[in-house]
Amino acid sequence: MRYLLRRTGFYLVALWAAVTFNFIIPRLMPGDPAEAYIAKLQTQQVTRAQLAAIRAEFGVNPDVPIWKQYFDYLSALLHGQLGIATSQFPSQVSDILRQSLPWTIGLVGASVILSFLIGTLVGMVIAWRRGSWYDTAVPPILTFLSAVPYFWMALALVYVFAVGLNWFPTDSGYDVFNVTPGWNIDFITSVIQHAILPVITLVIGSLAGWVLTMRNTMVTTLAEDYVVMAQAKGLPERRVMFNYAARNAILPSITSFSISLGLVVSGALLTEIVFNYPGIGFALFKGVQSDDYAMVEGCFLVIALAVLIANFLSELVYVFLDPRVRQGS
Amino acid sequence: MQVTNLTHQNIDSSSILDRAKGRGSSILGIITSNPKIAIGVGVVAFFVLIALAAPLLTPYDPNATIVTGSLPPSPIHIFGTTGLGQDMFAQIVYGARVSLTVGFVAAIGSTALQVLFGLTSAYFGSLVDEVLSLLINVFLVLPGLPLAIVLASLASANAASKNEFVIALVLLFTSWSYGARVLRAQTLSLREREYVAAARAIGESSLRIIFAEILPNEVALVASTFVGTFVYAVGAEVALEFLGLGDTSKASWGVILYWAQNNAVLIVGKWWQFVPAGLCVAVLCASLAFINIGIDELANPRLRSEKMAKVLKRKKDIEGVLDEHHQ
Repeated sequence: MRYLLRRTGFYLVALWAAVTFNFIIPRLMPGDPAEAYIAKLQTQQVTRAQLAAIRAEFGVNPDVPIWKQYFDYLSALLHGQLGIATSQFPSQVSDILRQSLPWTIGLVGASVILSFLIGTLVGMVIAWRRGSWYDTAVPPILTFLSAVPYFWMALALVYVFAVGLNWFPTDSGYDVFNVTPGWNIDFITSVIQHAILPVITLVIGSLAGWVLTMRNTMVTTLAEDYVVMAQAKGLPERRVMFNYAARNAILPSITSFSISLGLVVSGALLTEIVFNYPGIGFALFKGVQSDDYAMVEGCFLVIALAVLIANFLSELVYVFLDPRVRQGS
Repeated sequence: MQVTNLTHQNIDSSSILDRAKGRGSSILGIITSNPKIAIGVGVVAFFVLIALAAPLLTPYDPNATIVTGSLPPSPIHIFGTTGLGQDMFAQIVYGARVSLTVGFVAAIGSTALQVLFGLTSAYFGSLVDEVLSLLINVFLVLPGLPLAIVLASLASANAASKNEFVIALVLLFTSWSYGARVLRAQTLSLREREYVAAARAIGESSLRIIFAEILPNEVALVASTFVGTFVYAVGAEVALEFLGLGDTSKASWGVILYWAQNNAVLIVGKWWQFVPAGLCVAVLCASLAFINIGIDELANPRLRSEKMAKVLKRKKDIEGVLDEHHQ
C-alpha cells in the first residue's frame, strides 16, 4: 500500500513536470513563439476576448507577474482549455484532440499487445533452443528491423502493399467516402482494414526489444537450479519452458514496458503521418507544419498524460504479479 | 535507443579487458574479439569515411539543380535525382555528414549528462539521490520524441534557430535519462567496493573518487550507453527532419525523406527518392546496435549464442577449476 502511494505520488510529480514544461518552454525560446502564434491568429477572425485569453495562456502580457500567469495557465488547463488551433481555425485544440485520441490509442494498444505477445513468445523459444540456427539468425534480423525508422518502414509498406499490390488502402483511418462512423459492420471492417498496415509497421519496429529482453532473461533463468530440477523430475519440456523458466523470466519484460511504450508512441506518431491516419500524430504534424504552437503543446500534453496513465497501469500489473514488491521488501 | 532492452547488468570493464587480452588488451583487441562489434565498427567507419570523403565521391553539389525533374537511377546518377533535379547520391553522401554529426554531438553531450547525473546521484546517496533520481525518473517516463518535437517546433519560431545544431541540442536534452539510470544502478554497487572505501579513507575528494576511481571502472557501460544514445539520436534526428523541423533547404537523410513525403513520391512510384536514405539510416543504426549487443555479450557471456558442445566443454572446464578451488 505504501509502495502504491509512493508511485502515485511519483506519477503526479511527473504530470506536474509535463504541465510545467509546457508552460516554461515557449517562454524560454528565442524568437518569441507566442507572438508569432498570435500574429498568425490575428489574420483570422478572432474576438477580443479570445485574444485576451490566448495572451494570458501564452503569457505574453508583460504586466502580469509570472506566478499569476502560471496559475491562470493551470486553471485554463483544469477547464480543458488548450487554446485555438490556427491550423484548423476556429476549432478548439481540445476538440481536435478528443477526436484524434481514440485512433491513436487503438493503434498503439493493438500494436503493443501484439508485439508483446509475439515478441515474448519468440524470445522464449529462441532462448529455449539456444545455439540453434534460429537463435543465431533471428536476433540480428530483428535488430536490423528495429533500426529501420518507423516512418520509413511505413513508407516502404505503403509502397509495396498499398500502391504496388493494392492489398490495403493507402491512407486515412476508414473509408471516408463510403461508410458512416458508428457501431456498424461496414465501419468496423473498414477501420480494421485501414489499421492493418500501420499496426504491422509498429509491431515490426518494436518486436526486437521484447524478443531480446525475453531471450536474455530467459537464458539466465534457464541456468537456475529449479529449472534443472524440473528437467530432472522428467516434466514435459513444454511445462518446464512455460511454467518454470518463462514464468520467472517475464517480469523484466513488464518492467521495460514503460520505455518501449514511449518508443511505440513516438513511432505511432510518425507512422500516422505516413498513413494520414486521423490520430494525435497527424494532428501534431499539421500543428508543426503550420507553426500552430497551441496544437503542438496540446498534443504533447495529451501524449504525456496517456503514457503516464499506461505506465501507472503497468506498475499495478507488476505489483499484482510480483509479491516481493507488494510486501515492500 | 531503439533497442533499449539490452541487459546492462554486470558490465564490468575489467572483465571485458581480461577477455580481450588474448588478442592484446587494446581497443583493437576488444573490437576484434567479438564478431558483432567488429561488423558494427566496420560499417560505422565506412559511413564516417563516406561523409569525410563526400567531395571526392561525387562531382555534384547536393543542393544544386542539375537536371530537370526526377530521373530514375542511371549510370550517371546512380541513385537517380530528386524532384528538384538534384543528384540523390550527392545528397546521401553529404547527408551522412549531418546525421553523423548530430548523432555524435547529441550522444557526447547526453553521455556527459548521464555520467554527471548517474554517478553523483548514486555516490552521494540520501537527499541528493532522492532529488536526482526523481529528475531522472520523470524524464524517463515522459515521452522523449514528443518532447523533442515540442522543443524543436517552438525553437523554429526563430528562423535562425532552425538548423541541425538546435536539433542536436534538443536531442541531448531529451535523451539522457535512460543512460543516467543505468549508470546510477551500476554506481550504487561500485560505491560499496573496497577501493572506494580506501580512497575515502585516505581523504580523496568526492569529485576525484567519482571521476578518477569509479568512472574508469564503468567505461564499458558508459560506452554502451553512448552507443545506445547515438542510435536514438540518429533515428530521432531523421524523424524531426522528416517532420520538417530541420533546415529543409540543406540535404540530409531526414530532409530527403521530408521532401519524398511532401511530394507524394510513393503514389507515382519514384522509389529511389526514399529507399536510399531510409536504408542508410537503418544500416547505420543497426550496426551501432550490433556494437551494443557485442559489448553486452562480452560482459555477460551467457547471452552469446554458442554451439551447445562448446558450452558444455566450458562448463566442464569451469567445474574443474571450481573443484581445484574447493580442495
